[in-house]
Amino acid sequence: MTATEVKERIVGRALKRREDPKLIQGQGQYLDDIKLQGMLHIALVRSPHAHANIKQIDISRALAHPGVVAVFTGAEMLDINPLPAAWQAGGVKNNAVTPRALAVGKVTMVGDPVALVVAEDRYIARDAALLVEVDWEPLPAVVDAKQAAQPGAPQLHEAAPNNIVFEWEAGSQTDADAAFASAEVQVSEPIINQRLIPTPLETRGAIARYDNATSEFTVWMTSQAPHVMRLLLTAFVFGIPETKLRCISPNVGGGFGQKIFCYNDMAFTMWVARKLGRPVKFVEDRAENYQYSTHGRDHITDAAICGTKDGKITGLRVKTYANIGGYFSTIAGGIPTTLYGRILNGVYKIPGVYVHVTGTYTNTAMVDAYRGAGRPEASYLIERMVDRFAAELGLDPVEVRRKNFIQPTDFPYQNGLGLLPYDSGNYEPALDKALAMAGYTEFRKAQAEARTQGRYLGIGVSSYVEICGVAPSAWVGLNGQGWGAGLWESANVRVHLTGKIVVTTGSLPHGQGIETTFAQLVADELGVAYEDVEVQWGDTQGTPFGYGTYGSRSLSVGGVAVKKSLDKLKAKVKKLAAHMLEANEVDIVFDDGKAFVQGSADKAKTFAEIAAQAALAYSLPEGMEPGLDETSYYDPPNCTFPFGTHIAIVEVDTETGHVALKRYIAVDDCGNRINPLIIEGQIHGGIVQGVAQALYEGAVYNEDGQLLTGTLMDYAVPTAAMVPHFELDHTVTPSPVNALGVKGAGEAGTIGSAQAVINAVVDALTPFGVKHIQMPVTPERVWKAIQQK
Amino acid sequence: MIPSAFEYHAPTSVAEAISLLGQHGDEAKILAGGHSLLPAMKLGLAAPGVLIDITKIAELRGVVINGNVNIGSLTTWAAIAQHEGLRRVLPVLGEAVSQIGDLQVRNRGTLGGALAHADPAADAPALTLALDAAIRVHGPKGERTIAAVDFFTDMLSTALEPDELLTAIIFRPLGAGEGAAYVKFPHPATRYAIVGVAAYIKLNGTHVSACRIGVTGAGAKAERQNDVEQAMLGGDGGDEALATASLRAGEGMDILGDIHASEDYRRAMVKVYTKRALAAAVARARG
Amino acid sequence: MTTITVTVNGTPYTRTVEPRTLLVHFLREQLNLTGTHIGCDTSQCGACVVHINGESVKSCTTLAIQCDGATITTIEGLAQNGQLHPLQEGFWEKHGLQCGFCTPGMIMAAADLLQQNPDPTDDEIRHGLEGNLCRCTGYENIVRAVRYAADKINTVAAD
Repeated sequence: MTATEVKERIVGRALKRREDPKLIQGQGQYLDDIKLQGMLHIALVRSPHAHANIKQIDISRALAHPGVVAVFTGAEMLDINPLPAAWQAGGVKNNAVTPRALAVGKVTMVGDPVALVVAEDRYIARDAALLVEVDWEPLPAVVDAKQAAQPGAPQLHEAAPNNIVFEWEAGSQTDADAAFASAEVQVSEPIINQRLIPTPLETRGAIARYDNATSEFTVWMTSQAPHVMRLLLTAFVFGIPETKLRCISPNVGGGFGQKIFCYNDMAFTMWVARKLGRPVKFVEDRAENYQYSTHGRDHITDAAICGTKDGKITGLRVKTYANIGGYFSTIAGGIPTTLYGRILNGVYKIPGVYVHVTGTYTNTAMVDAYRGAGRPEASYLIERMVDRFAAELGLDPVEVRRKNFIQPTDFPYQNGLGLLPYDSGNYEPALDKALAMAGYTEFRKAQAEARTQGRYLGIGVSSYVEICGVAPSAWVGLNGQGWGAGLWESANVRVHLTGKIVVTTGSLPHGQGIETTFAQLVADELGVAYEDVEVQWGDTQGTPFGYGTYGSRSLSVGGVAVKKSLDKLKAKVKKLAAHMLEANEVDIVFDDGKAFVQGSADKAKTFAEIAAQAALAYSLPEGMEPGLDETSYYDPPNCTFPFGTHIAIVEVDTETGHVALKRYIAVDDCGNRINPLIIEGQIHGGIVQGVAQALYEGAVYNEDGQLLTGTLMDYAVPTAAMVPHFELDHTVTPSPVNALGVKGAGEAGTIGSAQAVINAVVDALTPFGVKHIQMPVTPERVWKAIQQK
Repeated sequence: MIPSAFEYHAPTSVAEAISLLGQHGDEAKILAGGHSLLPAMKLGLAAPGVLIDITKIAELRGVVINGNVNIGSLTTWAAIAQHEGLRRVLPVLGEAVSQIGDLQVRNRGTLGGALAHADPAADAPALTLALDAAIRVHGPKGERTIAAVDFFTDMLSTALEPDELLTAIIFRPLGAGEGAAYVKFPHPATRYAIVGVAAYIKLNGTHVSACRIGVTGAGAKAERQNDVEQAMLGGDGGDEALATASLRAGEGMDILGDIHASEDYRRAMVKVYTKRALAAAVARARG
Repeated sequence: MTTITVTVNGTPYTRTVEPRTLLVHFLREQLNLTGTHIGCDTSQCGACVVHINGESVKSCTTLAIQCDGATITTIEGLAQNGQLHPLQEGFWEKHGLQCGFCTPGMIMAAADLLQQNPDPTDDEIRHGLEGNLCRCTGYENIVRAVRYAADKINTVAAD
């Protein structure tokens, strides 16, 4: 008998979130909501030039402005180190140049800060920042990742000749060449994965306080990874003991990767707080967020695919220039390498794959992880190329997919790109389910009929696989993929005298519903009331170390750490119960919140009774410590590999080029499902970010490095009216990697979606001979593609 | 984002507002709905020394229909969209207005403010051109009325003198045999018009006896399309006539290009949207 | 500096403000009503939506000084006597929020939408919320949440 048969299991149930009551009443506490006694405000002086030498900075007028407390330039902050480059491309030389707290000597992007004003309120700080006079010597700029590597391009950093950050490769050039040499058909296509601005609704910022008596800092930050920030800021930037910094992430208003990283504002708020002995706050406005906080994607790629006439894919060759931006952001090296190049084959068995990636500096905002981080770029590329391949052969793109799928019997599957083996998968049922939902066969008939009436419908299929649950430390770390630390998670489960349970985690939920999901897990495992479980996070003082929430890893790594702590706790519970029941431990069953001797459930000790006994310690077995309090560290033995099929149906207005997204179907497999409501929410949101990349969003710099999409007046984040209703279903293929059988769902929607939309648009335009359109497929791009026929 | 400091006045009468305008000259900006001005000030694109907030002037607010349609310059988009009488006599206004911005922008944004600001991508200027509206302004020398076609002079520029206040917009209600429509290609982020076309058609029996077209979003200012209008006159307003006439749209105009739509594309869209606006106007004129 | 008096969530406040003080800063900094958020600064995102005299308005694009004498409702004033507003309930029931940052503005905008159109279609809900951006939910569950609230309000009204 298991607990599930007695108490109704809540794992698997769509519980509404416990996070919500305060958030729906305006009682959340986000960074800018925090006010400290005597707190000062910082405004930055930022570069209007994309590339320039700083000849002189005159702060006198700003300093004289009433209400200004201090003005500092980067030269004064040379006592702290530049920010660390925590994930460099693995196995190759990286020319990593990271930002300082404030730029010194030169700037490499518009918005690069060179001075800061500290004032009594933010209005005064803003006014005074306008009074700082900087004598600039503008330099020529380069914004295009490929052009940056060409001879004669403006040079950003001495340490990076030709602006090259790294040259990295995966797969086998020999095998790929052989595949192409013997291929019956090959197709090549330049594929651009445009630059996106993550745009969490809350911008970023930091508040720092310094206690002079104890030399201790406290920093509140909009961070997805406060423990990591604590490590980086103390050990690398300030050179102080890790114990002298407490990092707190309050409610975080969306991250999408942009809030994983170590930013200059964390460093300069700390520096100023220490210098002035008063707490200071810095919060970006939206234009600052767009200019300076990290962007995502921005690949320029030449791709080629080859195979047989009957649709068997034999080779894939990819050359990518990955834009790194004006400096190297915290984990910028790993995104276009490990998380992109190593999964370029997608869901297909391709004998000869080779990818070469050149990372380059340009006079643009830094590029780092953005929802999906490398996997959307990979998935987009392979799924577009498979469609191109199918179209070239005149084959149904669905059949080509089917023909090349990695089969269920192939798992664990080694893809030949230096990735860990795909854990589990069953791609065809997800495809079939999505096709059935879309009515694929009927659609093809309707499409043909519509074309005779001058209406252009298209259907796009995307079968994706991605990498979640990152990652085994030994694989991802310095001797492997170049990640500068481990990537495990830890969790503590503590039971109070009254039987109430507190879970502390190093994960950092910012919308993912981890409080709810973890509490569901704990309640089922211990057979206690869901309400009796509290989940705490966000403060390095009081939570065990965690690498943070990103990479769809908080359940599949952080949640498994919780599970491991529960296992330890249950073992102790059984031992104590045996003592209380005067029985042998081996005979004790712990189930449904009760411990009893096998076969005599009527004589049970409740969890509350056992917890009380453990806490009171009046009568414990010989040698047993009081308390029920267990901490576990979980280093995953492998990543997890969620997958699925997304289908988009569009109609194109060929007169204007407008694309109407009529239907969107998604069948995702994230392994076991703890809370379907939360999973579906993650998928919905993810899909919109992919659809947005396909249809609307794109950061645009002009040749001088000015960001033309500098606010939400020009960068088109979709509204509710710009996206359709989503039709969702799922399959369940548990992951064998972890005890929960979970894979991860936070990024799947984004990874699966952009190419579904583009495949649909190109499908609609087949009668016009259109083979590819670069994203975003704005009405103008579609119109031009049609005109060029 | 924070605007620069300014001096603030909130007059309660037109006379007081005009006096303040005279007093502060170029230093002053009129604040109505504020949804163009305040973002510009926050972005540092505008830094007026004086703001004259006219929102307390009650006489500028409201719609009066008696023979003509008189809309106070301070009447919000929401008030226009919800006005029962306007829905009857000038339904095109509601149609156009409901495509402006969003619910909150429509709650604050005003017809007069949009016209006086003369954003090249604003919707309202195209409407006033197609509907041949008259724009009433008050200044130190009294009041005068400017025809819409003479009002928009250049990008963000109008025939308003610096010491004048736009007080009302006068439309003629549409009757039998008349129809108007507004169609637009919205900017994906702001829903301003990348191209917006307002069309007015009057039919004499089966033939077009009057036609006016206002195009916004495409050039530095909203403009009539005289060639198209001429081509429509006397025709039957059928698909072929529309297609032929609308090919003349945008010809001779200086068309703008930006990251959202190149000059070539905008030029083509002026024709497409002109055709679509005309088709809708003709259909309505036919009843 | 100018003195203004506003009634916010039923409480009258008299405070001095600079003419340039944005309403959102006034609410957040001077009245400590931090449920109203700043997302975009340029009036696209709607995280700052509050009601002024019953109409939804973007408080980042409104001057506090303009609100002298006005009645303002923020997210903190939506629940009555400890009872969640049907929209708050709907967002909770239907998982209409994730990070929660857009939520106060989204709910205030939806409240105005339902005032104007008590029984909107899904399409009308989507268009009615065009002034609010959510980066987390993909809007699917926000539409469901508003639908839930509309149904609930209409049911109560019918009873």
